[in-house]
Amino acid sequence: MSISTSRSEPGYVLCKLDRQLILATQGGLPLVPDPWGTLGMELGLPADEVLARFQRMQDAGVIRRVAAVPDHYRLGYRFNGMTVWDVHDDAISDMGRRVGELPFVSHCYRRPRHLPYWRYNLFAMVHGTSREEVEDKASQIKAVIGDTSEGHTILYSSAILKKTGLRLRKS
Amino acid sequence: MSAMTEHQPDLATAPTFSEVERSVINRLQTGLPMVHAPYAAVAGELGLTEQELLHTLQDLLDRRILTRFGPMFHAGEMGGGLSLAAMRIPAEEFETVTQQVNRFNEVAHNYRREHELNMWFVVATENPDDIARVIARIESATGYPVYNMPKEEEFHVHLHFPV
Repeated sequence: MSISTSRSEPGYVLCKLDRQLILATQGGLPLVPDPWGTLGMELGLPADEVLARFQRMQDAGVIRRVAAVPDHYRLGYRFNGMTVWDVHDDAISDMGRRVGELPFVSHCYRRPRHLPYWRYNLFAMVHGTSREEVEDKASQIKAVIGDTSEGHTILYSSAILKKTGLRLRKS
Repeated sequence: MSAMTEHQPDLATAPTFSEVERSVINRLQTGLPMVHAPYAAVAGELGLTEQELLHTLQDLLDRRILTRFGPMFHAGEMGGGLSLAAMRIPAEEFETVTQQVNRFNEVAHNYRREHELNMWFVVATENPDDIARVIARIESATGYPVYNMPKEEEFHVHLHFPV
């Protein structure tokens, strides 16, 4: 059902060829039977080497995976709820891990508070086909967090203002 | 393109997909195998021909059901900077500030959210030190404070939307 993030030792250094492969594919992988060979032709590399480099970048965590990125609204997941929680500092690592294990939580992070405007330090993103579905998922999170949280709220998105993904500059 | 893409107008009804589309959307969100002829391998799993798979994938991209198909990069692991930032923008200024913020190449995603902090965006830079600089430039371009909320701990990322 879900894919975990592969974590790696920090500090994988992209070499020039890796960078060229990223630049060549950040718009998308070629939709042809032999995408590695097509990229290899562009960059003057054998298909085997292109594939080996992708495998290595994926093992290192530089690439999470080579995959389809859906527009979740167009898949029917109209309600994108960022649930945010004010969790006691001494409980947050444990709670974050447990909330992150819930199958419907797509991202889960600890982030800094900005008092007095923003008191929430645990962010768990959930999606649903209705507001009720998002609220039901939030109450399942609440059941996990219990009284280690002083409060929570759900921020629904009402418009995508920009969505371009991460890009390297061609410099 | 308008700075503000409102949600789909026809969302009152859930979209319907063919069985083939459904299987391709579900399977390809989990990752292409790192093998020669990877599309043929996935097509085999799904009981499709390679051409059927490629055609369906292209069509889903053309219809923007999928926003892209390719490597999903992990900015942190690439040695770059990545952060989530939020702003509190008065309604009458929202469109103007959206344009000012979106003009920054370092702003990758930007969402309007229903909260006093109503604009939330991801800042991605090739050099981690540039995050603070970009945020300062956004503050001076817009005249509003930016609340920087970089991740302090990552518990899990598993994006998968079954259809």
